[in-house]
Amino acid sequence: MSFNFQRKIAQPVAPHAPAPAAVGDETCLNCLPHGVGARVVGVSGDGSIARRLMEMGVVPGARVRVIKAAPLGDPLEIRVRSYHLALRRSEAEAITVVAGD
Amino acid sequence: MSTLTTSPAPPLPADGLPISSPQRTLTVALAGNPNAGKTTLFNALTGLRQRVANYPGVTVERKEGFWSLSPDAPPARLIDLPGLYSLDAASLDEQIARDVLTGRASSHTPAPDCVVVAVDATNLARNLYLVTQLLEIGRPLVIALTMFDLAARQQDTELDVAELEEALGVPVVPVVTTQRCGLDALAAAVWRAAQEGASPGAGWRLSARAEEEIASLARGGRGEADESNARLCSLAGARYAAMIELYAEELPQDAERRASVEGARSRLAAADPRWWQEPVLARYDWIEQVAARAVRAKRGAAAERERTPTERIDRVATHKILGPLVLLLVMLVVFQAIFSWAQLPMDLIDHGFGSLGDVVRASMPAGLLTDLIVDGVIAGVGGVLVFLPQILLLFLFISLLEDSGYMARAAFIMDRLMRGVGLHGKAFMPLLSSFACAIPGIMATRTIENPKDRLATILIAPFMSCSARLPVYTLMIAAFFTGRKVFGVVSVGVLIIMSMYLLGIVVAVAVAWVLKHTILKSPPPPLVLELPPYRMPSFANVVQTIYQRASMFVRRAGTVILAISILLWALVTFPRAGAPAQGDGERVQPSANAREAETVQPAAGASNVAESAGAQTSGDKGEQIRNSFAGRLGRLIEPAIRPLGFDWQMGIGLIASFAARETLVSTLSIVYNVDDGGEQSGSLIEAVRNARRPDGRPAWTPLVAVSMMVFFVLACQCMSTVAVVKRETNSWRWPLFMVSYMLALAYVASLVTFQGGRLLGFS
Ligand SMILES: Nc1nc2c(ncn2[C@@H]2O[C@H](COP(=O)(O)OP(=O)(O)O)[C@@H](O)[C@H]2O)c(=O)[nH]1
Repeated sequence: MSFNFQRKIAQPVAPHAPAPAAVGDETCLNCLPHGVGARVVGVSGDGSIARRLMEMGVVPGARVRVIKAAPLGDPLEIRVRSYHLALRRSEAEAITVVAGD
Repeated sequence: MSTLTTSPAPPLPADGLPISSPQRTLTVALAGNPNAGKTTLFNALTGLRQRVANYPGVTVERKEGFWSLSPDAPPARLIDLPGLYSLDAASLDEQIARDVLTGRASSHTPAPDCVVVAVDATNLARNLYLVTQLLEIGRPLVIALTMFDLAARQQDTELDVAELEEALGVPVVPVVTTQRCGLDALAAAVWRAAQEGASPGAGWRLSARAEEEIASLARGGRGEADESNARLCSLAGARYAAMIELYAEELPQDAERRASVEGARSRLAAADPRWWQEPVLARYDWIEQVAARAVRAKRGAAAERERTPTERIDRVATHKILGPLVLLLVMLVVFQAIFSWAQLPMDLIDHGFGSLGDVVRASMPAGLLTDLIVDGVIAGVGGVLVFLPQILLLFLFISLLEDSGYMARAAFIMDRLMRGVGLHGKAFMPLLSSFACAIPGIMATRTIENPKDRLATILIAPFMSCSARLPVYTLMIAAFFTGRKVFGVVSVGVLIIMSMYLLGIVVAVAVAWVLKHTILKSPPPPLVLELPPYRMPSFANVVQTIYQRASMFVRRAGTVILAISILLWALVTFPRAGAPAQGDGERVQPSANAREAETVQPAAGASNVAESAGAQTSGDKGEQIRNSFAGRLGRLIEPAIRPLGFDWQMGIGLIASFAARETLVSTLSIVYNVDDGGEQSGSLIEAVRNARRPDGRPAWTPLVAVSMMVFFVLACQCMSTVAVVKRETNSWRWPLFMVSYMLALAYVASLVTFQGGRLLGFS
């Protein structure tokens, strides 16, 4: 009934994304040091969360930066498209980024 | 792929109604992202001419008001849609918004003649995402560019409104809602757009492959029997309907239709596994092109951004160590307000109703009717209204915290802890509110999107020790634990009250865990939470929010409480024993004596429910109670509650307290013949201490008192809570479930307390 078998597939680099400068630099948002600017390469993971993240502007090519972690270490506060978003580390893991502007 | 087409799509036919007829009431829908200033705009446009209801059959709130667009026409109906980031997802809010916008919900809401979308000028790109979807639907659209004052002050960028208008193809009206600037221009633009009935449509296209699939789905056979789909087609165009079907998470109901959608999806998936991302990416591509035209970097702006005020505040407010401290401080202030600032108005209300009752009693002929009005109606209404100050204060704080943007930070800080029991960070504030009163707490769960998480939060909210339990705790402590100290310093009473609060919290956590692992099992809720910039809450907005919440509370919970008070009055009054009573007979104030706490708080002074006690003697009253329906009920349940240490008189109190907890105190004073006139501060305490069983042993012991308190911590004895849960879940199933499982827990816990205590040698 529900249709999400395709959406689970993790795939970086979307057709609309500018090609990342150096593929070797790819890392997940969760691993990005705080305060370092980065660009989104792709969002993988479960359908509805990935979709929600993308609708909130976390699409390939968007600039992101991790601001800080919450006092208990999770969730993270990130800055994307000039606003601030809180998301859990497990969700940040699904976001592939490449560091540098 | 996505291209910025310059030729606007042809206007869509509008609803078949003559739009030029000046007398027709126009319908305007108001959409917007959360935090875009939509509520403020709605309030500013409609003032107090608004109505809050639920969408039929669901718990999503529907606000509607009237807005004068033009002096020559009747005011338009303005429908406030839920705050949304997108129209695509499967959440209830988004589905409802889509139905209203496309006219599918026309049974209760006509298709809008124009859609106003609040777009936060300081956060253009993300806000425009919703605009792209609204353009796809193809209704006439007007953009209210909110927070224009804040955007103008931004140092690094500059917004060109004319260019934005051009790029989007729809009117853009900058507004500063908090100063009521631009509202007339907005009305004029909406009036014009509704008359013209045109929309530029979506300015982008998908890949050729996807467009082909959409086109063939749009052409595909659609049974005319499927009326709602037919409507959707005629209004928003077959292309839009097909696109929604193709990219929605669920599949169409109709088997044939489902097969063709599934076929299209698998063909697209074969070519590109990320096919489903295409519309999102296309929309953002287009948004970037629009933004490139309309937003310019200010010349001379520093390359490195300065810290915004919000970022500076958050250096403290979400700091590793300071953040939780600030949160604690905020909680302290809220509690202080609810428990001490509310005291004076609560006393005034209580005294006011007391005197009103006296006046009525003095000026009406004695008899049943007077008793009903005084003890049933006035006491019942007073019993509800006495909580109003606390509820008003709580909503004052909630709306201040929400509008300022702090609430999101509280959820951010607490999320990790809350997730431990399977709840969402957003459940924190509703639960905190429930310490004052579960009703506003339960109403505040609306911010939780996942229905199962929301339900779990609702079901545990009543475990938080609310203010109505305090009178009960206070009476028990005053009667049995005053003056006792542990280690010479800590008062036993304070320790016991603290343990009661703690007991509620521990049980709530345990129940939440169990619920989330059984009947409300769902994957851990994702947290994708915007941390909006801090903003100065608007006074008018806060007042209006409080007013709406308060009137809702009074209207809905009030009717239930009133009915129950009258019922209880009747239960204690009938059947009449012996000669009809003269003057004020049994003075039962089911929920009225909410403030009966005074009875046991000598400091609070004499309560003014004082009235000259009538001709009846105490003995008659006692006899009347014993033989009344309530007394019989009390004796009926006595065997069941005896293992908890309770007798039939307490049983009456328990039964009465299912309407509202604090009723226990007033009921006990009736049962024990405590005259409620004069200086009674010590009398109920004395009566409780001196109450005897038939065999001469004291009815109450410290152990019984503790058992009673434990029962009150865990049982759901509050009609208003039940009524609100019924309202919020739209069924009797959940409130009944809640009452029964809480009662079972309370019974078991009380039993364990009493029997265990006896085994350990306490009495
Ligand atoms: N400076 C300024 N503040 C605004 C404006 N409109 C709304 N606000 C504030 O922004 C905050 C969020 O507004 P609200 O209407 O609650 O947003 P909603 O979540 O979209 O309903 C509140 O504190 C408002 O007072 C505006 O035009 N200018």
